[in-house]
Amino acid sequence: MNQASQTMDDALLRFFGRMTASMTHEVKNALATVNENAGLLTDYAEMTLQGKPLDPERVHGLAARIADQVIRADGLLKILNRFAHSVDEPLIGVDVTEHLKLLMALSIRFASMSEVSLNVREPADRVVIETSPFPLLNTLFGCLEFAMRAAGRGRSIELWAEKGPSGVCIHFEPLPQLDDTSAEALEVDETHSLPGSLEGRFVMNRTSGNLSLLLSKRA
Amino acid sequence: MRVMLVDDEEELISALAERLILRGIDTEWFTCGLTALERVGSGCFDLVVLDVKMPRIGGLELRDKMRAVCPDMKFIFLTGYGSERDFLLATAREPNVCYLVKPVEIGVLLAEMKSLIESDGAKT
Repeated sequence: MNQASQTMDDALLRFFGRMTASMTHEVKNALATVNENAGLLTDYAEMTLQGKPLDPERVHGLAARIADQVIRADGLLKILNRFAHSVDEPLIGVDVTEHLKLLMALSIRFASMSEVSLNVREPADRVVIETSPFPLLNTLFGCLEFAMRAAGRGRSIELWAEKGPSGVCIHFEPLPQLDDTSAEALEVDETHSLPGSLEGRFVMNRTSGNLSLLLSKRA
Repeated sequence: MRVMLVDDEEELISALAERLILRGIDTEWFTCGLTALERVGSGCFDLVVLDVKMPRIGGLELRDKMRAVCPDMKFIFLTGYGSERDFLLATAREPNVCYLVKPVEIGVLLAEMKSLIESDGAKT
């Protein structure tokens, strides 16, 4: 294995670790919320045994909270499962918009900590490119991390894909603080991170506040 | 005992606050670290229970700012996966601080609170 390939493998493994840690942290929060609300129900039950009246509305409310957190944890685990399966296929046709939705779901905690909201725009036509799904996610996450920095707190970032002349273009916008954000913060190796005969190129338009990733077949 | 709880998970922290209140502990809860810091400006608590990772201001930075206002306040940090290492590096050998991993058993939390309040500055 050459040096560049080893470095890429290390970067992909770090990415897998970061995503898994973030998602399990969220699951842990859901479980902690279930724990406290179930505990509160137990407290109410104990009080009832001591002759204090029980408010059925309050019990319903706590039960609903617990049910909501179970749904939340289940949703997080589904996303984590989809992410884990993104390494299954070395080369497939990837629906880029669906991939952006997966990226958005995986990045929920990162976006929350950056106080940024994310939205994926639906294209008129499906945008598909043949590539390796997991490394593509890594590259897209690198773009998103940069975009969250260049958007600024309290902003909303739209992610969307369109067909380009020789591949696809993936956009992150608007990024009003792009002018103040060093391009070096875009810590993604575009040369080595996109197997499957693809090459990637980043385009930053500092005037319009837009970051684009252009993916095309390698010549 | 006057206790402040700070965590951005509202349904977690509000339920925990209610459980402490049911046990006779004077408790206030906040989902925003900066709002909690503002509250400390108008009066100190005996003990603060903080989430380590929160938007805008993390638990460790919040502790430092609160301690500047109320030097005698004691702290319990709640951590999730992955936060324990950061926490231990930042708080090694500090008095008046301990940490618990979520989800927390109420009996364990109460015991740690009692231990800290009675410790009078000794490392727990």
